[in-house]
Amino acid sequence: MSKQAILGAIRRSLGRDPRDSYLAQARLAEHPRGIVPERSRRDRAGQLALFQEQAEAVDATVVRLAALDEVPEAVADYLKRHNLPGDLRLAPDPELEGLPWADKAPMLTVASGRADPEDPTSLTGAFAGIAETGTLMLHSGPQGPTTLNFLPENHLVVLKASQVVGAYEEAWARVRAAYGPGALPRTVNFVTGPSRTGDIEQTIQLGAHGPRRLHILLIEDEPEAGAGEEGA
Amino acid sequence: MDSTSRSFKDNAKTALSDAQLRRALDNMKEGFIAKRAKAAAKLPEFEALRDQARDIKNHTLENLDAYLELYADKVEAAGGTVHWCATADEARAAVVEICRSVGAKTVTKGKSMIAEELALNEHLEANGLVPVETDLGEYIIQLRGEPPSHIIAPAIHLNKEQVASDFRARHTEFPAERQLEEPQQLVAEARAVLRQKYLDADVGITGANFLVAETGSSIIVTNEGNGDLTQSLPKVHIVVASIEKVVPTLEDASAILRVLARSATGQEFSTYTTLSTGPKRPEDPDGPEQYHVILLDNGRSQMLGSEFQDMLRCIRCGACMNHCPVYHSVGGHAYGWVYPGPMGAVLTPSLIGVEEAGHLPNASTFCGRCEAVCPMRIPLPKMMRHWREREFERHLAPPAVRAGLVMWVFFAKRPELYRFATGLKAMVLGALGRQRGRFAWMPLGRGWTAHRDLPVPEGRTFMELYDERQRAPVRDGIVRALRRGPETERRDAAGERDAA
Ligand code: SF4
Repeated sequence: MSKQAILGAIRRSLGRDPRDSYLAQARLAEHPRGIVPERSRRDRAGQLALFQEQAEAVDATVVRLAALDEVPEAVADYLKRHNLPGDLRLAPDPELEGLPWADKAPMLTVASGRADPEDPTSLTGAFAGIAETGTLMLHSGPQGPTTLNFLPENHLVVLKASQVVGAYEEAWARVRAAYGPGALPRTVNFVTGPSRTGDIEQTIQLGAHGPRRLHILLIEDEPEAGAGEEGA
Repeated sequence: MDSTSRSFKDNAKTALSDAQLRRALDNMKEGFIAKRAKAAAKLPEFEALRDQARDIKNHTLENLDAYLELYADKVEAAGGTVHWCATADEARAAVVEICRSVGAKTVTKGKSMIAEELALNEHLEANGLVPVETDLGEYIIQLRGEPPSHIIAPAIHLNKEQVASDFRARHTEFPAERQLEEPQQLVAEARAVLRQKYLDADVGITGANFLVAETGSSIIVTNEGNGDLTQSLPKVHIVVASIEKVVPTLEDASAILRVLARSATGQEFSTYTTLSTGPKRPEDPDGPEQYHVILLDNGRSQMLGSEFQDMLRCIRCGACMNHCPVYHSVGGHAYGWVYPGPMGAVLTPSLIGVEEAGHLPNASTFCGRCEAVCPMRIPLPKMMRHWREREFERHLAPPAVRAGLVMWVFFAKRPELYRFATGLKAMVLGALGRQRGRFAWMPLGRGWTAHRDLPVPEGRTFMELYDERQRAPVRDGIVRALRRGPETERRDAAGERDAA
C-alpha cells in the first residue's frame, strides 16, 4: 500500500511515467566502470607490493610464503611471537583443513567451523585482495562463516597472489564470473586493517569490537606473472 | 527525536560558554580537516571522482522510482522483506511488529542516522524492548541519555574524562579502583561490556550507507566492526534506510565509496565495508534467519523535483560540518535535531518544516567551505539561501528583520538614492567618530555593538573613492604600479585618502 504511495509521490515529483525504467535496467545490465585510479594499474609484482604496502599502512601485517603448506608453521610462529594462545579456529574449507597441521604445528589445537565467542584466533581464506587500498574481500558460504571475521581477537587470512587484483571493479568482475550477474553471497566483507575507533577524542585505537590484529599470509602461487589488467 | 531547533540562538549561546565543549571541538582541527586534505592530495583522481559521484547520484535520483522497484524485487528474490514506509510512524510500527513477531527482548543497534530520525530507541523502550547501541560513540551517548552531536562521530563533544566518569557510574561490575585514564582502557572496557550484548540480542538493527539495486544488497561502512557483529549474530537483521540511499550497481557503490571515507575520516577506505543480501542461505554456517529492510520516505519524495533535490545526493560523510566555522563554535547539539552543520541546515527544514527549523539556514557565514569539501558537490550555501527566501516569503522572519530588509530593498533598487544615503551615513559617522576611531554603542545597532565595537567609516563610501580613482588616467596607474611595486602603490592610495 505504502509502496504505491511512495512510488507515486516520487513519480509526481519527477514528472515520470511508471514505464520509464529502461534507462535503469540498461545500467544494471551493463554495470559500466567509471574512473579507476591509476595507482591500481601495475604489473603483477607491482600490484602485490602495493597491496602489502597499503595493508601495512592500516596496521595489518603481511608475510609472504612460497607455498600453501608453509601456512601451519607460519601460523604457529605468529602466535608464539605475539604470545597468543595455541587455539586456532579454521574456516571449514577443505584446502585449509587439509594442511599439515599435526606434522608442522603440533603445538596448536586446531578446530574448524563457525566462531565460538571464546575463540582467540581464526584462520580463513579470502576471495580477493584489492591492491588499491590493501583491502581483503571475504564472503560467506559453506566454507566461510562470517563470524570468523569479527568475533576472534586475532584474524589470520590466507590470500593467494593469484587472488590479488588492482581495483574494486576487477574484484566485482570475478564475483560475477563466480556467482552470475546480479547475485551475491549473503555477506561480502571488505576488510582493510584491524578494527579501530576514533570515538574518544579522535585518537585512533585498535580492536574496538572486531579483531585487534589482522595478519595476512600471502602465498606466491603464480609463476613470475606478466603485466596486464583484467577484463570485465 | 523532538526538535529544539526553534531555540537555536539560545542553544548556541549556551554552547559558546561551555569550556568542556570548546576543548572537545578543538580536536577537530588537526583531526578530520588535516586528514581529509592528506587523503585527497594522495589520490590524483579525487576531484574527478567527486564529479563522477555527483553524476551517479543525479542519474539515480532522476530514475529513483525505477531503481527502488528493481532493488526491492532483488531483496525479495534473495528471501528478504521490504517494508515501504511513507512516514516515521509507519517505520516505527514496522520495526516493533517484527521484534514482537519473534518475541524479542534485547535489540542491538549499529549506528544509524535514520534510527535517530525515527527516535527509534525511545520507541523501542516504550514497547518494552531494550535497545543497546554498539558503536562506541553511540554507546557512550546512550549511557548519558544524549543525542549524537555529529553524524559520524556522535560523541565528538565529549572528553575522555567525561567518558571515564560515565563508565565508572554505569559499569559497576568492574573494580572501582581500575585505571580509566587512557582511551585504550576505555575502548577495552566497552568492548568487554558489549561482547555479551551482541550474543544475547534477538534482533540486530543497522542503517545502510547504500542500497544496491543490481543485487538487492544493503551496505554498511564502519571502522569498529560493531555493525557486523550486530547484523550477523542475532536471528533477525533489520536494515533501516531512506529511499535516497539506493545506487544502481556494485561499480557505482564502489565509485562513491572511493570518496566517502576520504571525505569523512581521511582514511583511504574504512576498515569494514559489508554487503548483506537476504537472510542466511541453507548452506551457510551462520547469519540471521530473517532479513528486513525498512524503506523510509519521510518527506524525501517531496524534495525531488524541488530546489532541494540536490540535498538527496548526501552520503552523510560529515565533511561539511567538520569544515564549518559555525559548527566548530557551537557543536552539534545546538542545531536541535538529528542532523547538524550545513547539511542539517538544509535537510532539517525539509524534513521537519521551516517553521520549526527556520533558524538553521541562518547559522552560516556563507564562507563556502562546506560546498568546497562536499564529495557530492552539493551547493549547500545556495540551498540555505533558498530556505532564507522561503522563510521570508512565508513571513516567518521576525518583524524587525523584515522591516529592515524591505527598507534596504527600497534603497537598493534606487542606486542614486542608495549612494546618497550611504554617503550621508559615512560622512556623519565619520565626523562623529573621528576622535575615538570606533563606536561602542549606536541606536538600532545593538546586535553588533553588544559584542564588539563598530569601526568608524573613513568619511567616504567605496563608490565615491572608486569614481575618483577611475578619473585618474588608467595608464598612469599601471606605470606607477610597475615602477614602485604593490607595496608603495597601496601606500599611495592610503596617502591620497589621508590628504582628501
Ligand atoms: S552534505 Fe556533502 S559534505 Fe555534508 S555530509 Fe552530505 S555529502 Fe558529506
